[in-house]
Amino acid sequence: MERNILEVTSLSKNYGGTEAVKNISFAVRPREIVGLLGPNGAGKTTTIDMVLGVLKPTDGSILIGGRDVASDRSEALALTNFAAVYAQLPGNLTVYQNLKFFGLLYGVPHLERKMRDVMADFDIERFKNIKYGVLSSGEQTRVSLAKAMLNDPHLLLLDEPTASLDPSTAEIIRKKIRDHISGNTAGVLWTSHNMYEVTDVCDRVLFLSHGEILLEGDPKVLPRQYGKKNLEELFIAVTREPLIVESV
Amino acid sequence: MNWKRIYAIILRQIYLIRSTATRFIQIFIWIVVDITLWGFISKFLAGVSGSGFNFVAVFIGAVLLWDFSTQVMQGVTMLFFEDVWSRNFLNVFASPLRISEYVSGLVVVSIGRSILALVVMILLASLAFGFSMVVYGAFLALFVFILFLFGIALGLVGISIVLRWGPSAEWFIWPIPALLSPFVGVFYPLTVLPAWMQTVGWLLPPSYVFSGVRTLIEGGTLSVPALLGGLALAALYIVLAYLLFLWVYRRAIKTGLIARYSAETVV
Repeated sequence: MERNILEVTSLSKNYGGTEAVKNISFAVRPREIVGLLGPNGAGKTTTIDMVLGVLKPTDGSILIGGRDVASDRSEALALTNFAAVYAQLPGNLTVYQNLKFFGLLYGVPHLERKMRDVMADFDIERFKNIKYGVLSSGEQTRVSLAKAMLNDPHLLLLDEPTASLDPSTAEIIRKKIRDHISGNTAGVLWTSHNMYEVTDVCDRVLFLSHGEILLEGDPKVLPRQYGKKNLEELFIAVTREPLIVESV
Repeated sequence: MNWKRIYAIILRQIYLIRSTATRFIQIFIWIVVDITLWGFISKFLAGVSGSGFNFVAVFIGAVLLWDFSTQVMQGVTMLFFEDVWSRNFLNVFASPLRISEYVSGLVVVSIGRSILALVVMILLASLAFGFSMVVYGAFLALFVFILFLFGIALGLVGISIVLRWGPSAEWFIWPIPALLSPFVGVFYPLTVLPAWMQTVGWLLPPSYVFSGVRTLIEGGTLSVPALLGGLALAALYIVLAYLLFLWVYRRAIKTGLIARYSAETVV
């Protein structure tokens, strides 16, 4: 049996009396895309920050590829990468310089070749010598995704990865991410407020509300189980009336 | 330690210095102003006093060495500020980069930057004002090393303050060398200071350097044990400053400040 790419166990985060994340446990398996869903303030970004090692959990453990983020931080983070709308790359470096800088940080072998590959994959070769800060938001998103793919991460964390992209480019990006995980043993933790995208791309979703996982399952099957037409309806219902989950 | 990751930090700074003239000019502008200003003041004082006292050696030498220490400190803080200004903390600290590697990168950049500044200062001081460092002899290396260590320690304290209290604390970092200069006797012996200031002064490693510089210029015998005491003090401050930065960083990870740095404080 293959080992889980990400293993989160009894994870909690308490900010001075406020419980942002309450004792959650979940896993991301190889070749699996897991959607982390929930309303604003549900604890999604707090969870991702803890997985990325930039926020220390109050309790619980996080293993990435079997490496503990708390005790083997550098080794665990070398197996991951991320792209988030709120984590823009330095705008005063060109696309090439950004990729080179982060490629070195992540210890990417044959870096120049890999940079050429990801620039071609995300159609950003023509921006190679242009500063990241002057690109459009959609172009910046593609550069951030190229950076996230540089080290062929075992665990890819994506926070609203297609938020600034037009529908056509978003579809191409989703395909590239799916191709990435099917080509190796990687897993993806994906947050998005676009329920159609989540239904299309995710193998499994976790609904987070008030720091707790309310429900979990296949996004194509889950809505029917709760008498809803689609994932968006289920999202709205869970957000407004979390108790319906317990009553079903 | 992973050398590639340290190289990444250095390379990023090279990219930035190459891309804009302001970053390059900033390394030299104040040291050129300082050397020029104190060069003319020294010449003027030498002319009016008629005492034969070597004002150029005392003042320009002191300014040159103190500016070197300041450049070392700024080498560390400027690179850290680049991450503050470009809001790059999340990308950098969510990578496999270790804190020891990050700090090593800052130190290497600072070495390059301060050596460049030192060479320019020596050239300007010797060509324009006839200043010679020969008078320091072999002690020059020790003077420079002590000031380098102290500059690094100051830089680490500076970035700890900014990491702890947010970007608005940046204003507090720039005047730190000016605040310390009265205590370390850059231009005068510590004996002219009140007792409490002398006590503070002898706790600061540059005091031993500037005391040694004056002794050599006056033709006296320099106390090597005292100078080594200053070196030991500088080494101690480096360790303490690194531990301080580590503590502030770990606190920022615990509170979530690294991920929400623009908020300046999360508790």
